[in-house]
Amino acid sequence: MQDETGLLETFDDKVAKEIKIEPRDWMPENYRKNLIRQISQHAHSEIVGMLPEGNWITRAPSLRRKATLIAKVQDEAGHGLYLYSAAETMGITREEMVDQLLTGKAKYSSIFNYPTLTWADIGAIGWLVDGAAIMNQVPLCRTSYGPYARAMIRVCKEESFHQRQGFEILLTLCRGSNEQKDMAQDALNRWWWPSLMMFGPNDDNSPHTAQSMKWKIKRFTNDELRQKFVDICTEQAKILGLTIPDPELKWNDEKKHYDFGEINWDEFWKVVNGDGPCNSERLAARVKAHEDGKWVREAASAYAEKRNRNN
Amino acid sequence: MADQISNISTTQLFNYTLNLADNSLIMGHRLSEWTGHGPILEQDIAMSNIALDLVGQSRNFYQYAAQIKNKITPSGDGGKGTPSVDRGTTEDSLAYLRDADEFKNIILVELPNGDWGYTIAKLFFFSTWQFLLYQKLIPSSDAQLSAIAEKSLKEVTYHVRWSSEWMIRLGDGTDESHQRIQKAIDEIWNYTAELFLPSAFENACYENNIGVAVSEIKNDWTQKINDVLKEATLTSPAAVSSPLLAGKEGRHTSFLQEILDDMQYLQRTYPGCKW
Amino acid sequence: MNSDEPLWEIFIRSKQGLDHKHVGSLHAADAKMAIENARDVYTRRMEGVSIWAVESKNIHASNPDDAASMYDPANDKVYRHPTFYDLPDELKHM
Repeated sequence: MQDETGLLETFDDKVAKEIKIEPRDWMPENYRKNLIRQISQHAHSEIVGMLPEGNWITRAPSLRRKATLIAKVQDEAGHGLYLYSAAETMGITREEMVDQLLTGKAKYSSIFNYPTLTWADIGAIGWLVDGAAIMNQVPLCRTSYGPYARAMIRVCKEESFHQRQGFEILLTLCRGSNEQKDMAQDALNRWWWPSLMMFGPNDDNSPHTAQSMKWKIKRFTNDELRQKFVDICTEQAKILGLTIPDPELKWNDEKKHYDFGEINWDEFWKVVNGDGPCNSERLAARVKAHEDGKWVREAASAYAEKRNRNN
Repeated sequence: MADQISNISTTQLFNYTLNLADNSLIMGHRLSEWTGHGPILEQDIAMSNIALDLVGQSRNFYQYAAQIKNKITPSGDGGKGTPSVDRGTTEDSLAYLRDADEFKNIILVELPNGDWGYTIAKLFFFSTWQFLLYQKLIPSSDAQLSAIAEKSLKEVTYHVRWSSEWMIRLGDGTDESHQRIQKAIDEIWNYTAELFLPSAFENACYENNIGVAVSEIKNDWTQKINDVLKEATLTSPAAVSSPLLAGKEGRHTSFLQEILDDMQYLQRTYPGCKW
Repeated sequence: MNSDEPLWEIFIRSKQGLDHKHVGSLHAADAKMAIENARDVYTRRMEGVSIWAVESKNIHASNPDDAASMYDPANDKVYRHPTFYDLPDELKHM
């Protein structure tokens, strides 16, 4: 047996050499804690993220849209499940994680605390929110923890249709009536800034970034990813003929990037800390599903137990 | 296709196809209300899968119904004189622009979801019926209906299996689950009678070897239901004394209107738009 | 989500002729449910033709601490690989 220092050296060496860490390998306690926090938050985000879009399944305006939206929201449930599974390999149970979510101890992506007011919001979520998520997630396919990386590969493969369906919804609206185009612009106005917030605080204000980069849990900083997102979306908005709601957005020829305005961090922290427009509604919906489902889970377990006894 | 069949009115075939489509759509719509609210994450995913199968089936039937309709009225008007629809009847004009009294689905599928047990019981009764119906629809002289039935039967086979297992799990689970599922069965039972009462369009299609005689699948249905209820330690309710035709003839509960208010809201508010 | 509902490891054969491969895990009350859940969770995009479900507690894993004694000794047994043998190029079908 190696001592703690030796173990740590072996661990650091593996990470440096891009050798994946697997569940039963020795890992620093903080690495485990940090990952459980990140993976479970990510899983919770997928699950809570089903609500704002699920809200429009029954109102989807065509059968094709209805089918794709069900499939998309269902994928999010699947992604939540893959991620819960990955976290469970680190010794936490799903029940514990769900409990942390329902009691408000665990965080999830603040973006889902904004309401979906019109059909165009479903397009904007697909384009911007899934777009930002993909930008965050693609580097995670190479993250140092094996089960997390494998879950993310699966998630990213499935995500690719989500952003396209969102963009297609907006494109159809933008080519439609004036009212439809206004609907699309209004959705962009409301979702743009919250989407930029999805990348988290600025780098100089992000407590976990440095350690996470060192451990190769994260591969790019929040600001790097946010910049990339702004550059890509600004070009895509031109295809839609929509205006991004930022008067300071301007191409910087020197940096070869777009400059953009300051995020309203006050709003960011308010929503993170529970004062967003839908925080309580989202949590209440999750709590209700969990409580209403209690007797179902009990029945399934009781039945399985009876069967086991009889075999 | 419709024009190969001489002695049936195209309207009967149209209505028959609509009935199949409406059943699948409204059931699928109801099940999709569970997406994001299921009792267990894994079951949330399973329920969404079934909803997707049913919406898919309805699209196949609506597309065929639209073909039939456009033959009757080649200049098509969206199914009901809606001037905004300029591309004739489509799957969407049928789903989104008809009024409740034009829908031909059985009442069972429009009932609210209730708790998980209530939904499972609805689905179990419905899927078992759909399974027997599609099985008998495969030999139909109408090639399109036959093809859709054959494709859908694979999906429905799984729905029957999945919902049967849940019936047994809930019936033979805890005291609470047993009581809840028994109550659901008792409440829903009356609505199952309509499944086996033929409407005029069903009779016409049956007589022309296109459709299924729904009264003929009643015995097999009852047998299967009783087998599962027995294994689930549940009691089969007594036969419905005086069953009524309702949904198939366009007489619906207010639940369907509520569904349509929600479902058709965008198409109705912004007529003529593409989405 | 119920503490009584056990965790299952899922293995999927993606097409006939290939091995079952581990794809992830899920919760289910019993084996039948585990297989059906796996079908709905892991084969939505035609990823599989066959499913194995094994309750996670029944999987026994080697200890990574033993890796050196378990696997390193195979490193110097290059003679187990066909490329170890030096043979003339003219030799065919071997």
